[in-house]
Amino acid sequence: MSELKGETPFTNPGLPPHRPRRADEDPKAARRAEFQAVGLLVVSILGTVGAVLAYLFLPLSGSNGDIRRMTALMGAGIFLGMIGIGMGAIHWAKTLMRDHEMVEERHPIRSSDDTREEAVQMLKDGVEDSGVGVGRRGLLKGTMLTALAIAPLSVAIPMIGNLGGDWNVGQIKHTMWRKGMRLTRDPEGTPIKAADVTIGSVFHVIPEGLAETPDPLEEKAKAVVLLIRLDPRDLNVVPGREDWSFDGIVAYSKICTHVGCPVALYEQQTHHLLCPCHQSTFDVANGCKVIFGPAKRPLPQLPITVDSEGYIVAQRDFDEPVGPSFWERLK
Amino acid sequence: MHSLASRRYHRSAPLVLVLALLALITVAYAFFASAPARADEGFTDAQVAGGQKLFAANCATCHGLNAEGSSFAPSLVGVGAAAVDFQVGTGRMPMQASGPQAQAKKPQFSQAEIDQLAAFVASLGTGPSVPTAEQVDGSLGDPAAGMELFRTNCAMCHGSVGGGGALTEGKFAPSLFNTTPTHIYEAMLTGPQSMPVFNNANISPESKRDIIAYLEEQRDEPPGGLTLGSLGPVSEGLWAWIVGVGLIIGITVWVGSRSS
Repeated sequence: MSELKGETPFTNPGLPPHRPRRADEDPKAARRAEFQAVGLLVVSILGTVGAVLAYLFLPLSGSNGDIRRMTALMGAGIFLGMIGIGMGAIHWAKTLMRDHEMVEERHPIRSSDDTREEAVQMLKDGVEDSGVGVGRRGLLKGTMLTALAIAPLSVAIPMIGNLGGDWNVGQIKHTMWRKGMRLTRDPEGTPIKAADVTIGSVFHVIPEGLAETPDPLEEKAKAVVLLIRLDPRDLNVVPGREDWSFDGIVAYSKICTHVGCPVALYEQQTHHLLCPCHQSTFDVANGCKVIFGPAKRPLPQLPITVDSEGYIVAQRDFDEPVGPSFWERLK
Repeated sequence: MHSLASRRYHRSAPLVLVLALLALITVAYAFFASAPARADEGFTDAQVAGGQKLFAANCATCHGLNAEGSSFAPSLVGVGAAAVDFQVGTGRMPMQASGPQAQAKKPQFSQAEIDQLAAFVASLGTGPSVPTAEQVDGSLGDPAAGMELFRTNCAMCHGSVGGGGALTEGKFAPSLFNTTPTHIYEAMLTGPQSMPVFNNANISPESKRDIIAYLEEQRDEPPGGLTLGSLGPVSEGLWAWIVGVGLIIGITVWVGSRSS
């Protein structure tokens, strides 16, 4: 500290004057502080005993109420047991133990010039010994460099390899929807007649035959669809998609274009579709365009029609990749 | 013979017979046409008449004298008895104040009056009827099947155990912990306010009963600690950041402060 004095524009204010505590001057206050610390430690003892008693004597017949009561009381007992010790010890130290101020000088961080010179000399000697930059022992240096360069691969390759076996991003550009594939109820897998979808209805849809695919969850994660019927007067069809809906029935991907949460909070009166994760809001009456939130693109629409038996079927797969953006999305 | 014959075949007899037959058909038609139309619902003419009076006095200001609707209230023709039983039975109608959505409150009518209103609205056009006691008896349903259906169709708004959740612009999906099974069934059937319709072709009456069975299972005491309304990250985050972090900051300040 004394070394720095002349180098700064600030003067060292020094330590504040020592102020005795009440417990230092008044024996009554000291006694009171002692009782307070004792009280905190007694709370700890009672808490510990209570937790043990709760474990030993509370009934545990298997009902939810019993489990909840025992967990709550044991938790409260353990909390009091721990916090009582901690607060009692700190109160003891703060009020009754010595409180004189102690000063530890802070030393300059810079090493002495001798030490610095010695270190630099050591480095120079090392470089000279190894012969770096001099054309000697090329084989040795080359193998050393190679060994150093490939050593991280023993860790890096398994790590990257374990990220996933399949590097084909093409598979997330397409779903299992095909021409003529029926839209079916999630989870039953039963087909849906157009007449079943009354105005204001929402059907959660999976593709027909999903359960028979080799990896139903992987397929479901891409192909889930929300089937909604609006009053045809409320539906503003996107130009070019005149034949994608059927008498007010529209089908949209349920995977949010922001980060892929299932978008399914449909408000029947406003025709708004809300994503529960980040509140992206899509307007079903206007091609599911984004009207609020972080999503950048409308939800992809699945072109649907009705087959000869009256069931709703897909015309083809989605025209664009479903879900959030990825580098190769539009390549 | 002649006098007897003349008495038997009076000149106006065919006319009288035809008129009598017409009268009979009219009476029979009036009887059969009005009674069976409401026989499905089990409402009497007296209930319809009583309902019409209640409707004119309490609902017609917004919905119109013939329930034809107005610029600020929907038409009630064809909404069915189930919609009336839900909206009036949960106190949502008559509406207390205009706002993002009609709030549930103490019902303003007795069940007998609600039945009368339902009878009147059901008489205006066919719509979903009030479910029977057996259709909403959760003890007859399968809670596991109900869970699968609830998590697919309902949980995104009402939460995984029916605790409710927020929608946009002040609207919300209410908690289902205290909703009666009949009202749960009617809400699925009619799609009140923001809620979409889940008709019997989408979720069959048996599946609706399974969902009721699942929701009734959730009303038991949960095994964990405080549920904080089962609302998920919002209430849990509030608790962790305000109470939990607040407690840590308080203790830290106390530990670092000098004793007086």
